[in-house]
Amino acid sequence: MRNRKLLLAGVLCAALLAAACGTSSGGGGGGGAGSTAPNPQGFTPPNLPALEKLGQPEGQLNVLAWPGYAENGSNDPKVNWVSPFEQQTGCKVNVKTFGTSDEALSLMKTGQYDVVSASGDASLRLIASGDVEPVNTSLVQNYADVQLFLKNQPWNSVNGVPYGIPHGWGANLLTWRTDLVTPAPTSWSVMFDPSSRYKGKIIAYDSPIYIADAALYLMRHQPDLGIKNPYALDQKQFQASVDLLKQQRGMVSEYWSDYLKEAQSLKNGDAVVGTAWQVTVNQVKHDGGPVDSVLPSEGATGWSDTWMVASKSTHKTCAYDWMNYIVSPKVNAEVAEYFGEAPANTKACTLTTDKTFCDSYHANDADFASKIFYWTTPISQCLDGRTDTQCTDYSEWTRAWTEIKG
Amino acid sequence: MTSTASAPRQLRHSVAAYLYRRPAIRLSMLLSAPLLWLGLAYLGALAALFITAFWSVDSFTGQVQVSWSLHNFVSLFSDSVYRTITLRTVGIAVLVTLIDAVIAFPMAFCMAKFTSPATQRILVIAVLTPLWASYLVKAYAWRTMLSGNGFLNWLLAPFGLSSPGYGLAAVVITLAYLWLPYMILPIYAGLERLPDSLLSASGDLGARPLRTFRSVVLPLAFPAVVAGSIFTFSLSLGDYIAVTIVGGTSQMLGNVVYSNIGAANNLPFAATVALVPVVIMLVYLAAVRRTGALDNL
Repeated sequence: MRNRKLLLAGVLCAALLAAACGTSSGGGGGGGAGSTAPNPQGFTPPNLPALEKLGQPEGQLNVLAWPGYAENGSNDPKVNWVSPFEQQTGCKVNVKTFGTSDEALSLMKTGQYDVVSASGDASLRLIASGDVEPVNTSLVQNYADVQLFLKNQPWNSVNGVPYGIPHGWGANLLTWRTDLVTPAPTSWSVMFDPSSRYKGKIIAYDSPIYIADAALYLMRHQPDLGIKNPYALDQKQFQASVDLLKQQRGMVSEYWSDYLKEAQSLKNGDAVVGTAWQVTVNQVKHDGGPVDSVLPSEGATGWSDTWMVASKSTHKTCAYDWMNYIVSPKVNAEVAEYFGEAPANTKACTLTTDKTFCDSYHANDADFASKIFYWTTPISQCLDGRTDTQCTDYSEWTRAWTEIKG
Repeated sequence: MTSTASAPRQLRHSVAAYLYRRPAIRLSMLLSAPLLWLGLAYLGALAALFITAFWSVDSFTGQVQVSWSLHNFVSLFSDSVYRTITLRTVGIAVLVTLIDAVIAFPMAFCMAKFTSPATQRILVIAVLTPLWASYLVKAYAWRTMLSGNGFLNWLLAPFGLSSPGYGLAAVVITLAYLWLPYMILPIYAGLERLPDSLLSASGDLGARPLRTFRSVVLPLAFPAVVAGSIFTFSLSLGDYIAVTIVGGTSQMLGNVVYSNIGAANNLPFAATVALVPVVIMLVYLAAVRRTGALDNL
């Protein structure tokens, strides 16, 4: 009897809560659903104004960045470009790093960060959800020196309105242990071919966007599928890519999203071949692991990153100062050399410690840059221009990724 | 002077007398704070989780859309991958619990019955010491030990064996290590309450040690084992960190929840998946209750 009373009370309590939740959210939900006619990029961004003029620096800045982009000396005391910025502007910088674009997206939704270094598979989603606002490039002095082929690109602008400052770009490289993998691989087939000799010692990236790597491989090895862009996959092409990854899973020892975990695996020899960023390769070399990396014959997926300002930021002057600082020739050169990517600022190339750096990263080579398939968010409207079919969107990619990992 | 001092005292007296006469009010005042905590913070959070599970999310912008649908539950049941992951997670939790019970029981028995009180205290502290170190440190220690050129490989190499490497076996080993104290302590407490005279009586009646163990010790210590198993089972069921560190490519329910919050930004589906361990635990507790083990705790 007593138990039943308690139960009743509990149910009533829960019902009350449900009612409260239902009503409070009913009003707020309207905003998300009201999308109007899409532009060529498939969506209409919320109408947000760009900053008109800079004020006094607010004394604080919360930076959300890829690892290696905002170093404050905690990883390597010699690598520090945050402290000079703090001294120059008086903005105290808090850095938070993320391992995947999806992580960046959900961290930005907390509204706690002022600037973010977003790759193409996050930038458009951030714009569409109104988490970032347009950038007034006239307030960023160093924007004038940014490579022309990086300005007003589909991943950092909408309808000609810039939403950020280009930072740098590069490719996801094929990486291997030089002592354990011979001959040196030149093709992704060491990671995808079922007869690969390195079965069980392969390390792959842990994100739905990795499906594009499989699509790129199929683009070269199974031309009859007709893949033109690894981010524009119709159902059949998508299924082929997913199947390839499911078959690869049996040969994979680990998926990584934390680059330090990958560095450790490569150093210990638990993985001998995998996909990695140049910064990971540098880290392993620094720790004494014999590794090398190459842009394979099939080409590669890659990133082109953009610094963006959060629309809810309360430290916008510091945010603009940061964007101007981080793409200034000297700092842009330092970051690019540390992370291992092509700098966005044309003047950065003369300031690198290794004078051949920009040549080896093809920093001034617009033609080379166009051969990398930059991370971008797959949407149902095919990005390769096909109109006769529907492409798979990112939610399908996410679901498939869970399925691939099993 | 006296009147001002006695006024508060008088009030205190009358309040005390009033409360003394009405035990129901006394009890409700005493229990209101913890009940509020349980009701709002705990059950409220669970209710919110349950409600969120019916919502959905805009796949492009990642904004939560508040519209009631069973879509999340349908995909949870129709996609075979979630069934596989649920079964794998339960399998890991069961295995970890069994391994911990098998290791913990003899250990707790020795602690409770064969050592002096002073040694007992030292042993209890020794069992507790691993809990002083951070979870992550211990998990990463296992990552290093299980590595291809790690300690375990070095230890097993002379016997022609090798480290299991990163995978499910590594997850089970690591979790069994992490949760062992939570199994030892309840069993130890249970066995300590078991009077030695019962063991002597059993011996006097001609029972061999094995028979004594089966007919006297085990039935009396069973509730304690169940109590320990609730800890190890539920902790393993919800774990997602150890598996990302030593699990290789495998994922557990916690990883699906985590990747839906962290990576896919799909809070409603994460809530749906998070309900699975809650339901499993409820079933487990109901099953345990049927054995009568909870009444003896």
